[in-house]
Amino acid sequence: MKEEIIIAGFGGQGVLSMGKILAYAGLMQGKEVSWLPAYGPEQRGGTANVTVIISDDKISSPILNTYNTAIILNQQSLDKFESKVKPGGRLIYDPYGITKAPTRTDIEVYSTAAMDKALELNAAKSFNMFILGGFLKLCPIVDIEHVMLGLKKSLPERHWNLLPQNEEAIKTGMEIISKR
Amino acid sequence: MTKEDIIKEENLVYKKPTLLNDKTMHYCPGCSHGVVHKLIAEVIEEMGLQDKAIGISPVGCAVFAYKYIDIDWQEAAHGRAPAMATAIKRLLPDRLVFTYQGDGDLAAIGTAETIHACNRGENIVVIFINNAIYGMTGGQMAPTTLEGMKTSTCPYGRDVTLNGYHLPITNLIAQLEGARYVTRQSVHTAAAVRNAKKAIRKAFENAMEPVKKGASFVEIVSTCNSGWKMSPEDANKWMTENMFKAYPIGDLKNN
Amino acid sequence: MSEEVRLMKGNEALAEAAIRCGCDGYFGYPITPQSEVMETLMKLKPWETTGMVVLQAESEVASINMVYAGAGCGKRIMTSTSSPGFSLMQEGVSYIAGADIPALVVNVMRGGPGLGTIQPSQADYFQTVKGGGHGDYKQITLAPNSVQEMADFVGLGFDLAFKYNILCVILADGLIGQMMEKVVLPPYQPRRTEEEIRKQCPWATLGRTPDRDINVITSLELEPEPMERRNIALQAKYALIEKNEVRYDEFMTDDAEYLIMAFGSAARICQKAVEVSRKQGIKVGLLRPITLFPFPYNRIKEHLSHIKGILSVEYNAGQMVEDIRLAVEGKVKVEHFGRTGGIVPTPGEVVDALKNQIIK
Repeated sequence: MKEEIIIAGFGGQGVLSMGKILAYAGLMQGKEVSWLPAYGPEQRGGTANVTVIISDDKISSPILNTYNTAIILNQQSLDKFESKVKPGGRLIYDPYGITKAPTRTDIEVYSTAAMDKALELNAAKSFNMFILGGFLKLCPIVDIEHVMLGLKKSLPERHWNLLPQNEEAIKTGMEIISKR
Repeated sequence: MTKEDIIKEENLVYKKPTLLNDKTMHYCPGCSHGVVHKLIAEVIEEMGLQDKAIGISPVGCAVFAYKYIDIDWQEAAHGRAPAMATAIKRLLPDRLVFTYQGDGDLAAIGTAETIHACNRGENIVVIFINNAIYGMTGGQMAPTTLEGMKTSTCPYGRDVTLNGYHLPITNLIAQLEGARYVTRQSVHTAAAVRNAKKAIRKAFENAMEPVKKGASFVEIVSTCNSGWKMSPEDANKWMTENMFKAYPIGDLKNN
Repeated sequence: MSEEVRLMKGNEALAEAAIRCGCDGYFGYPITPQSEVMETLMKLKPWETTGMVVLQAESEVASINMVYAGAGCGKRIMTSTSSPGFSLMQEGVSYIAGADIPALVVNVMRGGPGLGTIQPSQADYFQTVKGGGHGDYKQITLAPNSVQEMADFVGLGFDLAFKYNILCVILADGLIGQMMEKVVLPPYQPRRTEEEIRKQCPWATLGRTPDRDINVITSLELEPEPMERRNIALQAKYALIEKNEVRYDEFMTDDAEYLIMAFGSAARICQKAVEVSRKQGIKVGLLRPITLFPFPYNRIKEHLSHIKGILSVEYNAGQMVEDIRLAVEGKVKVEHFGRTGGIVPTPGEVVDALKNQIIK
């Protein structure tokens, strides 16, 4: 099995760290993984994206033409990556900040009101975990146990008290995602 | 009385340090380099540091310093000696690591390396021969060339509108927290030679202290009689009358 | 767990590997996309564990001269930089070659010329393989294509450097430096004692002991005849390296009618392109040089009996392709496909280029 994912949005939305958690989870589950960010000034507030591949077999190219899954968190990323989803693949997006919804009909499109939910629950810092939860519901390529280990690995120890809150956000994320 | 009666230990009044070998130096007659080489060799020998000393020779007249003093040496790219000394001292903290540099090497192309090594407080010694001219390449203008002084690249005299001012880099070094001992000496008289030797000794002693307390920087205001186109005697006179005004002799800092 | 499996960026893996490989000193200057190397070292504080020295220099000019000096003491010394910094280092690189001493330099390439871009590139192939500094010299050049190789090539690079008293360059690119993958870190190897260094490197300037003559690290020789003798000795060393140290990797080349050649991360993309092409019935294989100097000229020649064409895929305007043409000597078609400016081609673009430029 192989899952090829692009996660794209603004810097600061937790795009890179969401990818990192997935990659860690995959690694700890004994899979081959690659995590390739678009690096540079993007880290400082511009657009950010990361390609994550989780596979049972050795990964050849960490760069891809097309993806199984696109997780889209802003309009620019939607414009850029909607066409790059493989036919039959899936696109997950948060309508918050999206002005022109996806139009493709040969892929499965899901929306998750993660930002609204995060604001409602006063948990804006867990925004990316709501999104991650939605993805894991659709594509359980890694199990939640390993995701939590991955989260622990990517958080500094002083923030481990936030782990339960994030786990909660992942679970809520699984509930709020819906097919368009 | 025969020759053998005279050559006896108790009659010895002067002896070349054994670390200074018998190779014929390439320096011009009257040049200050030979005297400073001898002082370095003497101090290393007196301190018993033959096995511990690592010198860095520059690009400039002293490029072949390694031919004359029998210790381990590295030959630097132009200006980079303080960076090299930094690495060696950090890797081998119990060694005596010193650079031997001219004015072009230290104060023009190597200004960054000089300032940063001193500013990091490296426990090294910088010996700086300032004769206000590029000797090896044939007498071109140096950063320390005095205003009005003639060289092959300022044949009508250093013009500040064209070339800026002489650079008193030792004064800059003295401002740095990382520089511990900064002094300016000369070797044109027996008394001056004695003082210069004391300064070199103090710098080497500093650098052998196990605790890193900062860089030691010894400028030797020197002559270049061939570059200056003067007799050795006239060069010494010109130095005392002109160079010492711009570069006054004495300690700038002694912590 | 006997071996340590980690998820790391290439740059981080390289730094970890340096500590584990008994490196004595790292001297560097920050530049994107490889600043994580020094950041990782500073965070790990190896001076408190293995005794490795780590220092942020005032420039790449200073850091390469620190490498030169440390190497002159027989120590295992390295630096890392990216393209503009590597240009600044060419002075020291040439001196290291001239003085016959071993050291390791990592260039995580970015796009140029000039300040260029911080995105991945392979445009420093010529600079590294043909000699970017002055004088007749070569350096062993290793091109890693994974985070694992970023870690593995540190130890290999030091071993080769000390085997031949030569500079070894790890020529990586921003993609390998910045991506995270699974990596198995090498086991800890102690730093050599001074006694071991004196034995392995009798030329090292560690301070003169009474049992030997003085040691001098220099590349200066004013007399033409001895200078030529030095050059002849250098060339003999390079010839020996060309004989002994060629390394490459192949994928599906046995029955190949066409070859793709690529190094570093481009080879990963090309492997995918080979997989895609094979599904379409195109018999293509991948030949990946691991050493760029020495270059696998002979291996290419061996393939000429059964292939019709070679596509060289590089993140540049066509550099390695010239070496491939030297090997091929006009016998089959050799074309270059590349993107520049920090753009990395996708596997699909490579497949299209293979069809359009080679197969037609």
